[in-house]
Amino acid sequence: MKEKADVLQGTLALMVLKTLDVLGPQHGWGIARRIEQISGDLLAVNQGTLYPLLLKLEHEGSIASEWGASENNRRARFYRLTGAGRKQLLAETREWEQTAAIIARFFNVKAEDLR
Amino acid sequence: MRFLRRFLIRLLNFATRQSADQRLQEEIAEHLAFQTEENLRAGMSPAEARRQAALKLGSAEAIREHHHTEQSLPLIENLLFDLRYAVRMLLRSPGFSFIAIATMALGVGATTAIYSVIDATLLHPLPYPNPAELVRIVDNLPGVGAPDVGISIPEWRDLESSGIFQSVSISSTGADVNLTGSAQPERLGFKHVTPNYFAVLGVDAQLGRTFDPHDATPGYNLEVVISDGLWKREFGADPHIIGKALRLDNDVYHVVGVMPRGFRDQGSTSEEQNTELWLGAGMAALPFPPPQRGIRLESRAVTARLKPGLSIAAAEGHLDALVESLKKQYPAEYPVQSAWTVRLIPLSETIVGSVRQSLILLFGAVGLVLLISCVNVANLLLARASVRGREIAVRQALGAQRMRLIRQLLTEILLLFLLGGMAGFAVLFCTQHFLLRLVPESLPHLNDIAVGGGVLVFAVAVSVAAGTIFGLAPAWLMSRVDLMGTLRQEGRSSSGTRERSRARQTLVISELALSLVLMVAAGLLLRSFWDLFKVQPGFNPARVMAIQTWLPGPNDPAADIYRTATQESVLLREILRRSRSLPGVEEAAVGDGAALPLGHSHISPLPLIREGLETKANQAPVIGGSIVSPEYFHLLGIPLLRGRLFNDQDLEDTPQVAVINQAAARTYWPGQDPLSKRVRLRLDPRDMSSSDTPPWTTIVGVIADARTESLADAVIPQIYRSVYQRPAKDLAIFLRGQLDPSAISAQVREQVQSIDPELPVFHAETLDDVLSTSLSVRRFSMEMVAFFAATALLLAGLGIYGTISYVVNEQRRETAIRLALGAQRGNILKMVLRRGLGLATAGAGLGVAGALIVSHLMAGLLYGVSPTDLPTFAGVTVVLTGVALVASYIPALRAMRLDPITTLHSE
Repeated sequence: MKEKADVLQGTLALMVLKTLDVLGPQHGWGIARRIEQISGDLLAVNQGTLYPLLLKLEHEGSIASEWGASENNRRARFYRLTGAGRKQLLAETREWEQTAAIIARFFNVKAEDLR
Repeated sequence: MRFLRRFLIRLLNFATRQSADQRLQEEIAEHLAFQTEENLRAGMSPAEARRQAALKLGSAEAIREHHHTEQSLPLIENLLFDLRYAVRMLLRSPGFSFIAIATMALGVGATTAIYSVIDATLLHPLPYPNPAELVRIVDNLPGVGAPDVGISIPEWRDLESSGIFQSVSISSTGADVNLTGSAQPERLGFKHVTPNYFAVLGVDAQLGRTFDPHDATPGYNLEVVISDGLWKREFGADPHIIGKALRLDNDVYHVVGVMPRGFRDQGSTSEEQNTELWLGAGMAALPFPPPQRGIRLESRAVTARLKPGLSIAAAEGHLDALVESLKKQYPAEYPVQSAWTVRLIPLSETIVGSVRQSLILLFGAVGLVLLISCVNVANLLLARASVRGREIAVRQALGAQRMRLIRQLLTEILLLFLLGGMAGFAVLFCTQHFLLRLVPESLPHLNDIAVGGGVLVFAVAVSVAAGTIFGLAPAWLMSRVDLMGTLRQEGRSSSGTRERSRARQTLVISELALSLVLMVAAGLLLRSFWDLFKVQPGFNPARVMAIQTWLPGPNDPAADIYRTATQESVLLREILRRSRSLPGVEEAAVGDGAALPLGHSHISPLPLIREGLETKANQAPVIGGSIVSPEYFHLLGIPLLRGRLFNDQDLEDTPQVAVINQAAARTYWPGQDPLSKRVRLRLDPRDMSSSDTPPWTTIVGVIADARTESLADAVIPQIYRSVYQRPAKDLAIFLRGQLDPSAISAQVREQVQSIDPELPVFHAETLDDVLSTSLSVRRFSMEMVAFFAATALLLAGLGIYGTISYVVNEQRRETAIRLALGAQRGNILKMVLRRGLGLATAGAGLGVAGALIVSHLMAGLLYGVSPTDLPTFAGVTVVLTGVALVASYIPALRAMRLDPITTLHSE
């Protein structure tokens, strides 16, 4: 249970960074909805867990935030990717792809290949 | 990097108590609004839309908590809470807090005090840059039993060009020189050094310069570097001192530099370290002997700086190869049987080597005291656990986690230890001037001992380490309560109690064992010291004073008015005649520095060539030699055993004679009659420039052995010559009689200077003082260890008292029932005492085993007593058992006098 949460925490951060990279500055709800849409509701996370994570990323300097007005003129806090965040995203993407590739190779191996 | 940034921001938030709560609230509200809007668009009713939005967001309270944790540092926040709570708890039981803090203050304070001594001596022995590169080079001739024979100039040049060292310097081991021309002729400690000396040490002058390391003047270069102390004292810190002329032993030198304040020369004695003048010399021309391979400069220290990165072992490997090739090249100079070797000793070792063992012993002893203090406090904490059992049970019942409880208890304990440590440091800081007076003056770097920042860091580190180590177990045991049982039974007889009482007994036993170890160490040291104190020195120091003077030795021997023994004897006979006329003086004699019993620092061993066993001087065994006037032996009460002493016919132009002690007779003429045997001895290096073969000296007498070199060493071979046959420059005037130590110095000075006003007279001391000073380091360590042992005994007594009282209190009910059922009060007493005795026996058993190990480790510090000395061990065990019995007797009485009725009613 705890392990799963840990994995999610790591991947969630990556998802947030990627979302901000693709969509540009977004408010919290926007990020949450985008993640939900793309992951196809597979990640049924409590949306609230996003906010401590956003604070953490901001402390780490990967994202920055400021108050602004939303599309329907509501006051909202907008998060955007910083230079450091972009670099982190690139590095983590590469790492993630590598891991995924290795895991994929393992899954593709058939019994006869090993003989 | 990112982690660090995050941590710093959190720390800042924590420090400024900035909260992002408001922002989060707004963000959540806005999030819910967005979601509700979307839900409405999806066709939900407004109420349902809001409900679904809230569900999707999750528990707002959990998010807020999570957010706050992220914003700030919960660990530190909790620590602050715990600290505040701990302070309240300490204030609530001031008696307990005071005792615990005082015990720790004692332990940490004592440890810190000894650490400050060790810090100044063992840890920072050399006040020079890159001290690890500095080594002392020692030439040994193990084949003829001659260690540290000195170095010849060609050998020095070989070492310089060997590629092993950055630079190699030669320095004298310190001597005196007369500074004349000022108001009062002054005797100053000086060294003559090769010009690269300061380059080897790596220290530059604060004013002017040191010697040019490439200066190749063969003799004295007539340049002098002076110490900061001399500059300020004698020259009023004159900024134009450079270039001034100083008259030293009638030669004129020019000041080229002033060493910085705080510069201390290397050397094992405080006299050497307080050298005030350095004269540069190539040591290869007059007044030094000619630079021949066979002529070693004796009593010179060869100090070198290794090439960077070269270890001592590796350097010795290279040196061995060099020595081998030199032996092949000069077979005549290095015969096989003398087995010439060159060894390297870390320079730090030459300074603190002699006191290292004593200091380590002290540190060990004080470490044991610290350990006992910690054990005592841990014991007190466990005792309190039973009082606080209910509080802890309630907190656990209210949902406190065990880890959290342990953390909180540990915070409390750490605070206690830290306060104790701080108190100990504060006491030490305030009393340091008083305490420093207890340290013997012969300790190297005495003046560098300071209670400062480094020592404070040590005190804090020790307190925290001790608190963690000794706090964990009590915290763990305290937090382990049987919830239901404790709450129901008002905090008594819970399941943790048995474990706790076992833990307490273990602690008391270890305390007793540790104090036994300390007491044995103290007992053995005390007996050694007592034996040394009572040892028959073989001479009679009572009512004898020694006053020193120094005859100038100008560089040109022709200018020396005391060059020959005949010239000098006129002066000496006049000094003796006038001294005898002083009030109270019954006898007077003179001798050279080596004749001063126990007090002299410059031992100059002489090669001893026996007739019939002729060898080259550099392969002969060495013997300690003194030059004395004929009255010396009678004045010191050293009896003549055979032959005769010197008489008035032994003069410069009559055959040379010598007197030896029994040890020399036994060592060099075993089974033979040493009388009228002839030896060659070399004394003055100036002789060597004239002829290579000193005259034959005939042994005319054998005296009894006297411990004039060291009280601990029974017999060291000695040879004595008459001052009327061999001149000496460093003179001591010995006087026996009813002397007034405060006046005698001035009286002798007046007499000596009325003969020659250029002679300094200094350092008057009674031989009794010299004797007691020679034991000062031993006395110091004995007193300290005894003090620590007494402290340990007191703490152990308190520990056993506390434990037995606690047990008696625990078993109040049981005792009352026994009494009610008709048990004899005497039996109750015995039962409790047996318990105390049991603890004492276990402790003593463990302690004796530990003490056996420790006493063997400190065997080198013992004198005249075996490390397994039965009386010491037995006595100490009896004392410890006695204290344990007395400490259990008081609670035992209390148990015996218990009133069964009231006790059973009150339960």
